[in-house]
Amino acid sequence: MNAISEISAVDDFRYVEVEQSAVSARRVTKEFGSGDNRVSVLRGVDFEAPFGEMTLLVGPSGCGKTTLLSVIAGLLDPTGGQISVLGQNVGQLSGSESIRFRRKNLGFVFQQYNLLPALTAAENAAVPLLAAGVPRKRAVDRASELLAELGLKDRLRTLPSQLSGGQQQRVALARALVHKPRLIVCDEPTSALDHETGHAVMDLLTKVAVRDDRAVIVVTHDSRVFQFADRIAHMDDGRIVKTEAPEESRFAAARN
Amino acid sequence: MNFVALQMLLGDRAKYLGLIFAVAFSTFLMSHQSSIFAGIMRRTTSQIMDVPDANLWVMDRKTQYFDEVKALTDDDLYRVRGVSGIEWAVPLFKGTPRAKAFDGNFRVVIMMGVDDATLVGAPRSMVLGTVNDLRRPDAVIVDRVGYEFFFPGQAYELGKTLELNDRRATIVGIYNSSAPFQNLPVFYSRYSQAINYVGRERNLLSFVLAKAAPGISDAEACRRIEAATGLHAATSSQFGWQTIWYYIAHTGIPINFGITIGIALVVGTIVAGQTFYIFTLENLKQFGALKAIGVTNWRITGMILLQALLVGVIGFSIGIGMTAAFFEITKNNLDLRGFSLLWQIAAGTGATVLLIVMAASLMSIRRVLVTEPAIVFRG
Repeated sequence: MNAISEISAVDDFRYVEVEQSAVSARRVTKEFGSGDNRVSVLRGVDFEAPFGEMTLLVGPSGCGKTTLLSVIAGLLDPTGGQISVLGQNVGQLSGSESIRFRRKNLGFVFQQYNLLPALTAAENAAVPLLAAGVPRKRAVDRASELLAELGLKDRLRTLPSQLSGGQQQRVALARALVHKPRLIVCDEPTSALDHETGHAVMDLLTKVAVRDDRAVIVVTHDSRVFQFADRIAHMDDGRIVKTEAPEESRFAAARN
Repeated sequence: MNFVALQMLLGDRAKYLGLIFAVAFSTFLMSHQSSIFAGIMRRTTSQIMDVPDANLWVMDRKTQYFDEVKALTDDDLYRVRGVSGIEWAVPLFKGTPRAKAFDGNFRVVIMMGVDDATLVGAPRSMVLGTVNDLRRPDAVIVDRVGYEFFFPGQAYELGKTLELNDRRATIVGIYNSSAPFQNLPVFYSRYSQAINYVGRERNLLSFVLAKAAPGISDAEACRRIEAATGLHAATSSQFGWQTIWYYIAHTGIPINFGITIGIALVVGTIVAGQTFYIFTLENLKQFGALKAIGVTNWRITGMILLQALLVGVIGFSIGIGMTAAFFEITKNNLDLRGFSLLWQIAAGTGATVLLIVMAASLMSIRRVLVTEPAIVFRG
């Protein structure tokens, strides 16, 4: 799992080792506060998220799922341990390198979508390209194509407030995919949706996001979506306590 | 990302309009009140600036400003004429007799008496008649304000008469004067005639108007006059500013206008700053999402500054347009003449508005910069 298979340029500023695991965490800790107020949220996490798979991170509220996701995404620095994302030791990146790394390699799907209310669906989906300096028309055209693939061809110029929850999450999904990232992190993508819509979003996520050269990590406590996972990592009290592959998953099928 | 920044701003119509209103209101108040203040200060120097022929003013050393004069003696005029480097010097009288029309309408007027021989100091912007007609008996030249006060609704016509302290005065010319501080009518006559329109005092010479000889600078001429006569000599510009500084230092005018301008500045900054901050707070998660996606702090700072700049430019344009419209609409009102929007005030207000929107955006920028992008993962 940790074997180094090749050397490749995954970013424009350095050559890094590319591993079979998109994410590899070893004894990662994260503490907040100091002195008597210090709180340990991650207590030595070991975690793997292979390419070509959808990995679910599940557990009770407060167990550290979102903190681990933030550390993986480079939004929080770990207090201890090692974490490799796409072969890059993210703990060694400077602030600006971390931002560039995220902009190029990561896609985000948020629980509350976090779409910009004044932008149309196509413009929202184009934001990562705009942030990367792609001209507006080309970025919006590219995002429109992707939204059409996600079934929103008729809603390209619609504002988020005029979209249903499921449609907004599809726009968020398009925003996460539009710049072709190699790692997609999703935080409770179905928690604000009804069962049927959540099922449809997860189905779409499985079909369009999971690819051989990409990994998808989903934080959820919605057991109804476990069936979409290739791998499920159970967290409790700041640790990964169990990792399993559901019998009906693509991962398990391939393994068998 | 500039497009995103502008869409974010324009998309929240209520706050966008609130910001525009705050900046426009502030701009209007600051530029309007500053213009009125500048106009009033300019009015205090009107009779100085309306004398194009002479550029040196000689007066008693204790004279502080134009409207309060300690009379000179006739000898002073001859002493100034005797100073080396002075080409010529003439007397100028300023008094405030009461004028009365034959219908009983009366008003205190400013009476300027100019040199009988040369008429130096007489107005040049004539509407009707000529300055040379001042040489006729009982002749006075009156400004439009005076004429319209004493002969309301009547067409401009020469030959009409008034009483000045029971003496007959015949209007031989009507001219455009710069508005005086007290907005009183301004009359001109010959010096010898003007001193008869006011009550007799021992000395009546208000000022000596002089001109430096060719090759002698005004500053050098002033220095020589002061050294030779012990009087105070100043150029028109220096005397004008001396008068303005008197009003600034000894009246409540600058304080009154300063308070209004200060309130406009504070209210504009607070309202714009508060609205902008609320706008930012409401978009904090969106900014957090942008940071998570990989938008740098520099880029986000640029986005907020662009939003502030747009608000500033539009608000300033509306506010300064309102001020310009006010003065355009009132420019033919004789009581409000002399007030206008100076380019210096427009530029100064623009710079102040820039400071307002920058100050308003600073809190927002700070709030966004300290926001952890991980905030987006908190439901």
